[in-house]
Amino acid sequence: MSLTGRVHKFGSDVDTDAIIPARYLNTSDPAELAKHCMEDADPSFPSRVKQGDIIVADKNFGCGSSREHAPIAIKAAGVSCVIARSFARIFYRNAINIGLPILECPRCVDEVQEGDTLEVDLRQGEIRNLSRGKTYLAEPFPAFMQEIIDKGGLINYVKEKVK
Amino acid sequence: MGKTIAEKILSMKSGVDARANDIVIADLDFVMGQDGTSPLAIQAFIEMGGLRVFDPRRVAMVIDHSAPSPLEGVSALHKKMRDFADRYDVMLYDIGEGVCHQLVPEKGHVAPGTLVIGADSHTCTYGALNAFATGVGSTDLAAGMISGKLWFKVPETIKFVLHGELPPGVFSKDLILYLIGDVTADGATYMAAEYVGEAIKALSMEARFTISNMAIEMGAKVGLMEADEKTEAWVREHSSLPYKPVFADPDAVYAEVREYDVSKLEPQVAKPHTVDNVSPIGEVAGIEVQQCVIGTCTNGRLEDLRIAAKILEGKKIHPRTRLIVAPASRQVFLDAIREGIISTLVEAGAAIVTPGCGPCVGTHNGVPSDGENVIATSNRNFKGRMGNNKAFIYLGSPATVAASAIAGKISDPREYWR
Repeated sequence: MSLTGRVHKFGSDVDTDAIIPARYLNTSDPAELAKHCMEDADPSFPSRVKQGDIIVADKNFGCGSSREHAPIAIKAAGVSCVIARSFARIFYRNAINIGLPILECPRCVDEVQEGDTLEVDLRQGEIRNLSRGKTYLAEPFPAFMQEIIDKGGLINYVKEKVK
Repeated sequence: MGKTIAEKILSMKSGVDARANDIVIADLDFVMGQDGTSPLAIQAFIEMGGLRVFDPRRVAMVIDHSAPSPLEGVSALHKKMRDFADRYDVMLYDIGEGVCHQLVPEKGHVAPGTLVIGADSHTCTYGALNAFATGVGSTDLAAGMISGKLWFKVPETIKFVLHGELPPGVFSKDLILYLIGDVTADGATYMAAEYVGEAIKALSMEARFTISNMAIEMGAKVGLMEADEKTEAWVREHSSLPYKPVFADPDAVYAEVREYDVSKLEPQVAKPHTVDNVSPIGEVAGIEVQQCVIGTCTNGRLEDLRIAAKILEGKKIHPRTRLIVAPASRQVFLDAIREGIISTLVEAGAAIVTPGCGPCVGTHNGVPSDGENVIATSNRNFKGRMGNNKAFIYLGSPATVAASAIAGKISDPREYWR
């Protein structure tokens, strides 16, 4: 599965309060959450983000609370994939569980610029920066996690196991 | 080759010889969600085709984050939790019972050697009771509620060896802030922390919870301590669960061992907007604060309120500041009333709010205004955390916050601590 999108670049330690502030957690509706996605990191993000865009961030993306609303808001905002130097642990699990593609790739983070266009092959973990003509390989997932990713998240995975 | 506490508990609960970086499926002893995360978990439970929870005595939902409800939308989410609890017969701790991370240990749901997940990042608090307790999201919570099992990547462990004795006026909150400042906000990501040494042994259980509570602020999955006589006394008082203390083997393999001498530690303050932006009190003393907060799952226990009352007794808070106090649980509130602590705090000018999360997460109970400074005993100072992204949050011990409330500016509690 291949994705193509334009890059929105963020720094280190983007926390879940920045991704979706608790003052908006009075709903579980993904479309409502998407309206405030990344608002406290970049107030213009919800109006600028386009379907298929890619978030590229530095280390410890998604640190803080366990709120699954964070990856849900990102996914519902149309973001196709998040690439970071590293992810905080709970966000990492939550993203896999709800089927938001994430990749760890420090070299790509080092060399990418705001507005670049990336093409991502999730199965191979290959990231191509079309704006700069560079190709990177992301860290592979352990086989068990890849199985959950392939099923589109934990809900489908559990459903199949229960069958 | 020996094992760490994390490897031992995950081995016991999975039935395999679990080593760091293995992936195991393990049996859960207790599963918890709060009002921020449970509504999505209920949705996932239904989507997964859940018909019942694996064991109603091992599942609890807590309404603490926005309690009582400040908004119609939140009321609907609370109702969803109450209806679910009724239908599936799971425990529900409703408004006013307290913060989930005080209630789970206080109500006896956790003991040494147990494996607990909670859909709240500060579930690591129970590591102080020698339990492998970790935060998960709502979909993991749903899978856990249905099956009583969850997959875990066995973490590597960083061991913190803490020597010496904390000086007067310096508390476990100062110690954990110092450690987070030292290892940084992602210094222990994907790892377990083990806290050992005479400085830990000297602390009360309440003070130990503060340290394990903030393990997540260095990225850790769990913040484990060994069980000793204080742990056992605490568990015997609160729980009837059978338990088995788990110790690390002498030849356990650690990713890193860090040693510290705490005997010269000063009060510490985390500055806006990250928890690892930590300074000794001298560098921030004098900064005016418009709001002071004592409470939360980090520092809302009886000992914390007692420390605050000792500093505030016979004094008044500064006229240009506000003091909000949220006891961690109904039991803490009642104990504090009986000891006269609440009278002391109210006479000093404190506003007491419902036992629960208080203003920490920014949904109610004290949202600061633009440009205001807040000093709080909570565990996060992220931008926007208390509901306003133009406010500035500092974190300190209950003593530091109480002293700051009197002076109207960040103050060294040692000047008030006799």
